[in-house]
Amino acid sequence: MKRISLRLALPALLLLLWWTTSARSTSPFYPPLSEVLVSFRETWLFARFGSDVVPSLVRLLAGLLIASVVGVALGVALGRSAPLARAMNPAVQFCRSVPGTALIPVSVVLLGIGDGAKIGVIAFVCAFPVLLNTVDAVRGIDPQLEDVARSYRLTRAQRLSSVLLPAAAPQIFAGVRTALGMAFIMMVVTELYAATDGVGFVTVSARNSFDVPGMWAGTVLLGLLGVSLTALFLALQRRVLRWHIGMTERN
Amino acid sequence: MLSVTHLRKTYGSGGQAVEAIRDLTLTVGKGEFVCIVGPSGAGKTTLLKCLCGLLAPSDGTVTLDGEPVTGPPKAMASVFQDYSRSLMPWFSVERNVGLPLRNKHRSAADRAKRIEGALAAVGLESFGSRYPWELSGGMQQRVAIARGLAYEPEILLLDEPFASVDAQTRADLEDLILRVREATGVTMLLVTHDIDEAVYLADRVVVMSARPSVVVETVAVDLPRPRDQVATKSLARFAELRAHVLRLIRNTADQPAPAAPAAVTGAAHED
Ligand SMILES: Nc1ncnc2c1ncn2[C@@H]1O[C@H](COP(=O)(O)OP(=O)(O)OP(=O)(O)O)[C@@H](O)[C@H]1O
Ligand SMILES: [Mg+2]
Repeated sequence: MKRISLRLALPALLLLLWWTTSARSTSPFYPPLSEVLVSFRETWLFARFGSDVVPSLVRLLAGLLIASVVGVALGVALGRSAPLARAMNPAVQFCRSVPGTALIPVSVVLLGIGDGAKIGVIAFVCAFPVLLNTVDAVRGIDPQLEDVARSYRLTRAQRLSSVLLPAAAPQIFAGVRTALGMAFIMMVVTELYAATDGVGFVTVSARNSFDVPGMWAGTVLLGLLGVSLTALFLALQRRVLRWHIGMTERN
Repeated sequence: MLSVTHLRKTYGSGGQAVEAIRDLTLTVGKGEFVCIVGPSGAGKTTLLKCLCGLLAPSDGTVTLDGEPVTGPPKAMASVFQDYSRSLMPWFSVERNVGLPLRNKHRSAADRAKRIEGALAAVGLESFGSRYPWELSGGMQQRVAIARGLAYEPEILLLDEPFASVDAQTRADLEDLILRVREATGVTMLLVTHDIDEAVYLADRVVVMSARPSVVVETVAVDLPRPRDQVATKSLARFAELRAHVLRLIRNTADQPAPAAPAAVTGAAHED
């Protein structure tokens, strides 16, 4: 209880500060918080929820899922095979260095402005943290565990599911968490250009039509979505990595 | 029958090459209990890894019932020296013991029965749902032993399996191993630092020299069975054998091995 109130203290203080400083504001770009909240309720609860929030989240999650699956699969392959890793390394380093936002014009030209293009960009950008963490984790697996797996004649599938992936899981999760942050940024960025729906699209449209409270409301929603997604992800991680948390707390 | 002829194992190559085993010849008959003793770093673990097909010998051959061993044989189970790194920390004790059984026993009930039996044998019946890292070092080592027992191998290789348990548990586990062997006829090959333990358990004790190792002598243990912690260890013959093995180890520990090939002495074992 005490911990929760401690955690809520600073956000409450900031809200209060925002409320008081904006209450008598006459600047058209810094409207009173009350107006922002009204706009928030009118737009997002829940008029545009289904039409814009859901498509945004679907694209984000689809991109992240594809990135995780591809990143882990490729990461296991590269982590196991040194020659393959050497052959792939220049290409991986090159692709990783291209800023995600620079891919959007290319993807629009190549794939159009549909969901596929946006999911593709998100997946491409997010695959790298997962990939690099997986490679690192797979290389670091204790050789003795692999001896155990081999001497008890575990099949390849069993070695993957019972040894390799669980052993790599803590680092894979760290990679996916980084990827989640990047996916969120890319979700918004892909909606700023050539989009027809999404939280980012609505927010930018509000700005373009001088609906300043609407722009602020969209930004607040993005912040809330970011916090909620991170919290959900951490809850999932606590479940899956319960053994790892227990083990590290013990030592 | 497990047999090793002129086994040589060198790690690495060129300037950094480490010759762990120079020339080892050894046979273990069906149902036999062989203990291997030797100074630390002699290459005992290396020998076991070659025997169970995890390491390819640099020279020489390993055969099991006449077939060359090129990978881990079905009939073999191993209990590794470093227990803390041989259990999967993400699985409960039960799942650790049960993991290798999945390919042997299709039915979950069959597996559960064997898991339960093996855990009971090592005195951990109430710890099945715990994680390995919740247990003490000695308990983890017992889980590793239980995993080997549950697998029901024809040959069990044990690499210093009792090194991290207290004296009482150690004696209990020694007797457990003897009982299992009595009941199932499983062939045992056990590495130990403890000369008393080797003489108490074995039909034959193989004494290895320091690295690069050869067999110094194979000592036949002609003590009556069943063995008993008190009665067997108070026999005059036990003291003699023990002193003999100790002398062999003392004499070889700080001397380099003679040039190959080494003589193999002691009782030749016929199956
Ligand atoms: N993977 C490896 N690479 C290089 N050298 C190794 C490797 N494994 C073992 N050695 C060396 O081979 C020698 C024998 O090692 P091994 O582990 O077989 O000895 P051991 O008899 O089991 O020792 P201990 O009684 O301490 O367990 C040692 O000198 C060791 O340093
Ligand atoms: Mg060893």
